[in-house]
Amino acid sequence: MTEHLNSGDGKSGDSNGGPENGEQRIHAMQSLLDNPFLLLFIGVAVPTVLYTVWGVMEVVQVPIGQ
Amino acid sequence: MIAKEKFRVCPDTGFKVFDTTEKLIKINAVVAVVFLAVGGLFGLLVALTRWPAVHLLPADLFYLVLTAHGADVLLFWIVFFEVAVLYFAGSVLLNVRLAAPRWAWAAFILMLVGAVMANVAVLQGESSVMFTSYVPMRVAPHFYLGLILFAVGALVAMFVFFGTLVIAKEEKTYEGSVPLVTFGAIVAAIIAVYTIASGAIILIPTLLWSLDLVADIDSVMYKLVWWGMGHSSQQINMATQVSIWYCIAAMVLGAKPLSEKVSRGAFLLYIVFLQLASAHHLLVEPGISSEWKVFNTSYALYLAVLGSMIHGMSIPGAVECAQRRRGFNEGMFGWLRKAPWGNPAFSGMALSVVLFGILGGITGVVLGAEQLNIIMHNTLYVPGHFHGTVVAGTTLAFMAITYLVVPLIFRREIIWPKVAQWQPYLFGLGVTGISLFMMGAGTLGVSRRHWDMAFTDAPLNFDVPPAAFLMMGLNGISAVIASIGGIMFILVIVGTILFGKKRGEDACRTNPVILPGGGATVMAAGSEGTLKLPGTIALVSVFFAAFVLYYFVNWKYLSEVWPLS
Amino acid sequence: MALTPPENPHWWREPLHRMEIGWITIAFLWGLFMFGVMVYWHINGEQNLSNEAYRVNPDVYGEKVEAFAEKYTVRTEGKTEIPVVKPPPGSDIYMLGRLWEWWPILELQKDQTYRLHLSSMDWQHGFSLQPTNINLQVHPKYEMVVTLKPTKSGEFGVVCNEFCGIGHHTMLGKIYVVDK
Repeated sequence: MTEHLNSGDGKSGDSNGGPENGEQRIHAMQSLLDNPFLLLFIGVAVPTVLYTVWGVMEVVQVPIGQ
Repeated sequence: MIAKEKFRVCPDTGFKVFDTTEKLIKINAVVAVVFLAVGGLFGLLVALTRWPAVHLLPADLFYLVLTAHGADVLLFWIVFFEVAVLYFAGSVLLNVRLAAPRWAWAAFILMLVGAVMANVAVLQGESSVMFTSYVPMRVAPHFYLGLILFAVGALVAMFVFFGTLVIAKEEKTYEGSVPLVTFGAIVAAIIAVYTIASGAIILIPTLLWSLDLVADIDSVMYKLVWWGMGHSSQQINMATQVSIWYCIAAMVLGAKPLSEKVSRGAFLLYIVFLQLASAHHLLVEPGISSEWKVFNTSYALYLAVLGSMIHGMSIPGAVECAQRRRGFNEGMFGWLRKAPWGNPAFSGMALSVVLFGILGGITGVVLGAEQLNIIMHNTLYVPGHFHGTVVAGTTLAFMAITYLVVPLIFRREIIWPKVAQWQPYLFGLGVTGISLFMMGAGTLGVSRRHWDMAFTDAPLNFDVPPAAFLMMGLNGISAVIASIGGIMFILVIVGTILFGKKRGEDACRTNPVILPGGGATVMAAGSEGTLKLPGTIALVSVFFAAFVLYYFVNWKYLSEVWPLS
Repeated sequence: MALTPPENPHWWREPLHRMEIGWITIAFLWGLFMFGVMVYWHINGEQNLSNEAYRVNPDVYGEKVEAFAEKYTVRTEGKTEIPVVKPPPGSDIYMLGRLWEWWPILELQKDQTYRLHLSSMDWQHGFSLQPTNINLQVHPKYEMVVTLKPTKSGEFGVVCNEFCGIGHHTMLGKIYVVDK
């Protein structure tokens, strides 16, 4: 990783990538992390299923006492 | 709305700061600080009432003030500030205009109206039900309505942020991946969407129930869904505060993350697993199986804790790395001794990391172990724990970044720098006391949300151990110390915004808030083959040893309790 | 740096440092271990909650508790003359929470096992047995059953530790544990 700490010199926001890596395909994990809407889907779906839906099923199934 | 929007280029950082973004950051941050001041005052009144020798307020006012304290600091202070952070991380760091500024203003107004309405409902005295408002206790309908309006406003703000990301990508205002701080903000916004959705799902039927339009709300179901909001909202704080830690380390020291892959991977664990910990509040509830409890309370095999432990290494690692590259290389901790401890942004961040990890993090894992919860549920241990996370962690981190936001966004020089310099230490000391003494009292069985630990008016009698009275006295003293720290913060910040000297264009050279030209001497290297970081290894080892020790001590306590099955 | 996009466009392909791999491994294994402890405690630990719970009508539950108290009352106590109930060891025992009392008072024998039933007549309450420090959440319309075995004799307080209105701090119950 070639990098400068450039907070002081006004260049922030338009840094250059290392050209030697330019040809490679972007790794699948990196594409996932670069996609906020896919992450949004995961971040809402997982707790909804594992916490909320599973939990509601538990509460609904409480038997009626005698 | 219009593509040609006005912006200025920040002389300190080089980022484009758009006018609307700047206004919205300012207004959200200012309102946040107002709620911190109000909520903090309520908190002091709570602590002074629970101090047995003072016992300030009568019972009805105590419960009223405690409800207001929870809503104002846990929700309003933090979420308003988070909206400001999101606009900063989205618009400023990506050099792009804010999407749909009118919606951003609408969001702000909805949140403000909601927050004021909920406060009015509480102060009228008919809604002293605690922030959690567990059914079937009844509350004035405008209490729920206020919370709903606030949540809807916050949701709109989240989508303004997501829209900003889309515009930045389309207009190619950055290359490759978003900055790490922006990524952390995305994580916070994602958790916020689940949080707010959970809140809406439960609060809307509850509002209708309070208006007699719905017959019944099941109390276990209410708690299940409510904590999907109540706990996850604190996970928004986690993601935001970690982001702020990286941000401050970068601004003050020019630190870069040891590895983008590791830090972002840890954030991914937050996205997927952090919200499951809402189960921490349901561990001694009837009607829910141990399978659900064990799986959810552990964030699925503690994978979100793994995420936090990774950040807990990455942040000090990044600081050590930056310091060593600047030449502070003596011994194991020379870099730490030479850190800018007089800069409140840095010291606040460092205290936030340490206190969050030890007071908040370790105790949270212990409290959230299914069986250990039996000896802690609803005792003062619980607020002891979350004052470690939300006050020592989040609030201190937000205070720390405010010392950078004010010169950079409000463009004023901090007045009374000496006061600012001591503020994080005093506040941190006070909060440490609050957290430790409440946990101590909780271990001795003292109940949270309770006006009279002496049970003077009860038909039966019960004696709490005398040590617990001492703990609550020390808690009161700590709250006074923290309040002084809080007042110092409010005075410095409000004073600076109103009366501070305007920060000129050349101030970035004469009085820099950001490390000047930090990058120049830095050698180029990735995380592999970088400098050795013995200090960080030592710090995380001490942390880990404390974690393991404290974990086993609590199982030992549990094993001495009456057998239950 | 953290404020600007990663300079390496293929940052995911960067190798990890040994220290990072080491710490991640330790943290991951520790997480697995802590998960395992909860499971282990369910098998070999003595303090677990049963998960036995039923839906119940508060009036029906109230009648059950009254019938139970009537059967085994040995004396009354306090300004409000709360019955002290001494059920036989091994039996089902009942307590209810309501604004603002835990009713009735129980007298149990040390080292004997009982099936404790808990429910609320109105709002949520918190059953907090002190000083042994056992804390359970009590809901209306849910009857929770916990098997417990007092291992110490003496006088124990049942504090309400879930906020239940203005009289919350006066809500106190009792359990006596006698040597035989």
